[in-house]
Parts: sequence; structure tokens; C-alpha cells
Amino acid sequence: MNFDKELDARGLNCPLPILRCKKSLTDMPSGQVLKIVATDPGAIKDFQAFSKQTGNELLSSAEAGGEYTFFMKKK
Amino acid sequence: MDQKKLAIIATKGTLDWAYPPFILASTAAALDYETQIFFTFYGLQLLRKDLSVLKVSPLGNPGMPMKMPFGPKWFRGLNWNIPNAVQSLVPGYEAVATSLMKQTIKNNGVATIPDLREMCQEADVKFIACQMTVELFGFEHSDFIDGLEYGGAATFFEFAGESDICLYI
Repeated sequence: MNFDKELDARGLNCPLPILRCKKSLTDMPSGQVLKIVATDPGAIKDFQAFSKQTGNELLSSAEAGGEYTFFMKKK
Repeated sequence: MDQKKLAIIATKGTLDWAYPPFILASTAAALDYETQIFFTFYGLQLLRKDLSVLKVSPLGNPGMPMKMPFGPKWFRGLNWNIPNAVQSLVPGYEAVATSLMKQTIKNNGVATIPDLREMCQEADVKFIACQMTVELFGFEHSDFIDGLEYGGAATFFEFAGESDICLYI
């Protein structure tokens, strides 16, 4: 999937992946896509909840080899 | 949709209990909540310029696992059940427990308290220090970080009364 910016949140634990994601999105124009890679198993649920509450669309989430990859579209 | 509001009262002044208010406040801010924390009694320690005053004590806390943050896996898994009577007699026990906890925090990719506090401030979380306890404990405003508001219970209710979530920690 195409993306405009990437956030490496590997090794970070709650709530850092969400806080970094929020910060990255702040600097992006509306409609752009942020790719996030995290290793915190709580991140799946948290990114869904973040998306639902902030209106930034979670385009996809996938797990492979202990890494979680998310694509989020800025509102 | 109106912006949601979160009000927190932070009353604890130890390293472990510093986490819940700052984690919840920074996350709420990331979720676009307007957030305020009212720091009172021991919670004032969380506003000190020097956060190395924050310690953790396993003494009288049977819920706290005492595990080593280094060594092979089997060693890390051991729970060091040290009786309270011994903990209370050994000088420096608290300092050791605190440095072990800081190492565990680092090992797990958990943010430090100074970092979380800074993230709260960057996200415009409002910090209010209870003026009555500042005086009660003999603190000076110069002991605390900049950007605080000093007020009392009425100041807290002004915001808390309109909040969607209100937590006492």
C-alpha cells in the first residue's frame, strides 16, 4: 500500500505508539497515509480505538513475525 | 461534536503511581480530549523540577512483584519474596528497588515519567497544583516546573463539573 510517511514504533510500549502516531499525523495534510510499525501486542486494539475516536481512518492492520503494521489515513 | 473533557486528581507521589495520571492524560489529549490534572497532597511531587525524588517502595506492597531486570530468562522470572521486616531494616532498600524498576521500565520500552510529563505539556494538558498542599508541605513555587496554575478545590470543580470523565488517582 502507498503511504506518505512512516513511523517506526518498534520496541515502544503503551501509550507511546499512539502518542507518536498522533504527533506524526499532526504534521501531515489531510488525506495522506501514515504507515506505523509496532511490536506492542496491545497496539491492534489501541489503533482501532484511536481511529474510532479521532476519525482518522485505519485502512488496514496486519501482523507478521511479531510486528504489527498499520496504515492510517489522516482525517 | 463538542470536545470531550477529562479531569484527573493525582494524589500519589511515588514512581509507580506517577504513571496512571500521565499515561491517561497524554493519551486522552491524543484522542482530542481537553484534559486537566489537579495535583494535590503527595501528587505534588509529580510537578517537581527534579523528578528523581520519585521512588518506589515494595515495603507494605504485597502486590508488587520483585523481579530482576537483568540476567538469563530463568533468573528474571524469579520472584524475590523478601519479608517486610527485612526490607524495613536494610538501608538503601528503596533506592535499590527504585533503580531496578527504572531498569525494568527501560527494558520494556515504557516511557519515563519526565518524558510522559513533557508529552502532556506539549499536548496542552493543563496542570493545576493545589495551593493549600503546597503551603502545607512547605513547598515553594520555585520547586515546581513552569506553566502551572495554582488553585484550590473550587478551581478543580470549575472544570471537573463539565467533564465527561473524572478520575481520582
